[in-house]
Amino acid sequence: MISPRKTLLLAAAVLLAGGAYAAEISIGVAEALTGGAAQYGVACRNGLQVAADEINARGGINGDKLRLVIEDEQGKKEEVINVFKKLIFQDKVLMIFGPTLSNSMFAAGPVANAAKTVAFGTSNTASGITDIGPYIFRNSVMESDVLPITVAAAVKHHGIKKVAVIYGNDDAFTKSGHDVFRKVLAEQKIAVTTTETYVKGDVDFKAQLTKIKAGGPDAIVCSCLAEEAANIMLQSRSLGIKAPFIGGNGFNSPKLFEISRLAGEGSFVGSPWSNDNPAAANVNFVNAYKQKYSAEPNQFAAQAYDALHIAAAALKSIKLSGNLATDRQALRDALPRVAINGATGAFKFRPAVTRSGKPGGFDADQKPFIYIIRNGKFELYAGKK
Amino acid sequence: MLTQQLLNALTLGSVYALFALGFTLVFGVLAVINLSHGAVFMIGSYVALVVVTRFAMPLWFGLLLAMAASGTLGLLIDVLVLKRLRARNAPHLMPMIATIGVAIILASSVQGIFGAEILRFPEGTLPAGEFIVGDVHVRAIEIGIVGIAFALMAALLLVIRRSRTGRALRAIAESPKAAALLGINVEGLFHATAFVAAALGGAAGVLIGLDFNAITPLMGQPILHKGIAVIILGGMGDIRGALIAGLFLGFAEVMSKAYISSQMGDAAAFGLLFLILLVKPSGLFGRVLERKA
Repeated sequence: MISPRKTLLLAAAVLLAGGAYAAEISIGVAEALTGGAAQYGVACRNGLQVAADEINARGGINGDKLRLVIEDEQGKKEEVINVFKKLIFQDKVLMIFGPTLSNSMFAAGPVANAAKTVAFGTSNTASGITDIGPYIFRNSVMESDVLPITVAAAVKHHGIKKVAVIYGNDDAFTKSGHDVFRKVLAEQKIAVTTTETYVKGDVDFKAQLTKIKAGGPDAIVCSCLAEEAANIMLQSRSLGIKAPFIGGNGFNSPKLFEISRLAGEGSFVGSPWSNDNPAAANVNFVNAYKQKYSAEPNQFAAQAYDALHIAAAALKSIKLSGNLATDRQALRDALPRVAINGATGAFKFRPAVTRSGKPGGFDADQKPFIYIIRNGKFELYAGKK
Repeated sequence: MLTQQLLNALTLGSVYALFALGFTLVFGVLAVINLSHGAVFMIGSYVALVVVTRFAMPLWFGLLLAMAASGTLGLLIDVLVLKRLRARNAPHLMPMIATIGVAIILASSVQGIFGAEILRFPEGTLPAGEFIVGDVHVRAIEIGIVGIAFALMAALLLVIRRSRTGRALRAIAESPKAAALLGINVEGLFHATAFVAAALGGAAGVLIGLDFNAITPLMGQPILHKGIAVIILGGMGDIRGALIAGLFLGFAEVMSKAYISSQMGDAAAFGLLFLILLVKPSGLFGRVLERKA
């Protein structure tokens, strides 16, 4: 017979032992969960969560469970620096995913880099992010890899000679997208009738679009996020503009069609991810995401999901010593060797080419998909039919 | 292109005017800059959205319910926040700061319930009417917004100029103390004004949510800034001024986007605002301030 007291002791012993054996790997997550950027930050957090659940359900990493330490950086530069410091020095996480916006990474990346802790951006596409230093990684594909291919395909398909340009000029993502577009258009010798801008939060684009219409472009190049892009498409059609659109990563969200419905027909989009990609890893991700959040995932969720799998692959390849600084460094050194087949397709890193020539971090080395919009859906573009 | 831009300006200006009507009414009567007006406006569009999407009710019912809900909210804000500050004779800045707090609470609550993503009315909520004359395109909702902005303004003006209540309101605007001495139920009219102003804000939220296809917890913020500019330009508390200044701001913004640069839209509009205030510091119709001075 075991006395209640003994049972209690036994239970305590088991609990203690359990705590000692199943170690946890703390991973920091700094995403904008409130504020204007929350629509992206929440998607990133969800993607990471789906991946973490999946990895832990399969027994974790070499027996250790992943624990996400999630902080809200509100999409604000001041806040993200505080969050990074908390995660690095107080929570002592092994590495950090995030922040959500490129702007925020420019602010907080140097903090992580100085602390020799990996900051892994899953949604930062502005150029120069990985110039910050050797501890900065990202798996988000840069616009400069995607847009030249997208523009070339659209130009060939529609016989485009002149385009109008519209972009958000107060956002690092849409602005750097525009810089790339401008370069690409100059390289491919496409005339620009007019370049129009808007700012975050704008919902009325009719003044700009009326001006665009007057120039009679063959297509409208739009460095915009999906919500704005969709409203721009709708409003352009209601003004009688028939030209197709050319867009980047920002277009890639189910939202685009929820809002624009059929307004975007014939438009070209380049993106690292698609909801409809039939690869097993993607189907798996989409289903897991839908099940957990009862919502369609977007590109930001997909990239975050892949990012955690990339980190997991790196963690599997190393043996954790328990010394935080050593382990952080070991993880940093293992990451560049990782190659996976994820929801966004085959992925590997490539060393960033920095403007200063100094060693920088690592960018995504990934082929984008080119889509044409047909019947209110992204269709993989397979040449002119 | 010019005709289309003029129409664009007219609709944008009416949007600003519609928003500013309730805003300026509260200032005129309560002498308070109610910075939660943007959040109340946002609540209006969420209420209509829920009525239309979750309960599958027609839009006009959603609009009515949205007005009732935001009106009640405005009344609550007045009773719970502004009345207390009035009772303590708090200086002018206090209600301003307090209503910023209210706005943050409302926006965060909505974000907590509905999430941060942009929501919209389902397709077919509105008749997808469109009128095309030559090269000029106008949608039914735009005509609706312009019409409703003018109609509401006319109704408000009529009430204030012609009715007993209006006379009482004008007396309060002049001096709440004197009005109370004359036997006017000042607190009651304060509450009524808060209700009506917020209901107008809610209606604006629904219409603008429909027009621009974007309902978010933070949708009140940018328009609040424009609203402040409009009521300052129109003359604080002046209803006719709010309409004219709203239209003016819309025209200034659209025309500078069209003929200067879209980079300069807000800069040109607010630059012009600054110039006008240099010449006429009380705004276009700023009698209220002059009288008080």
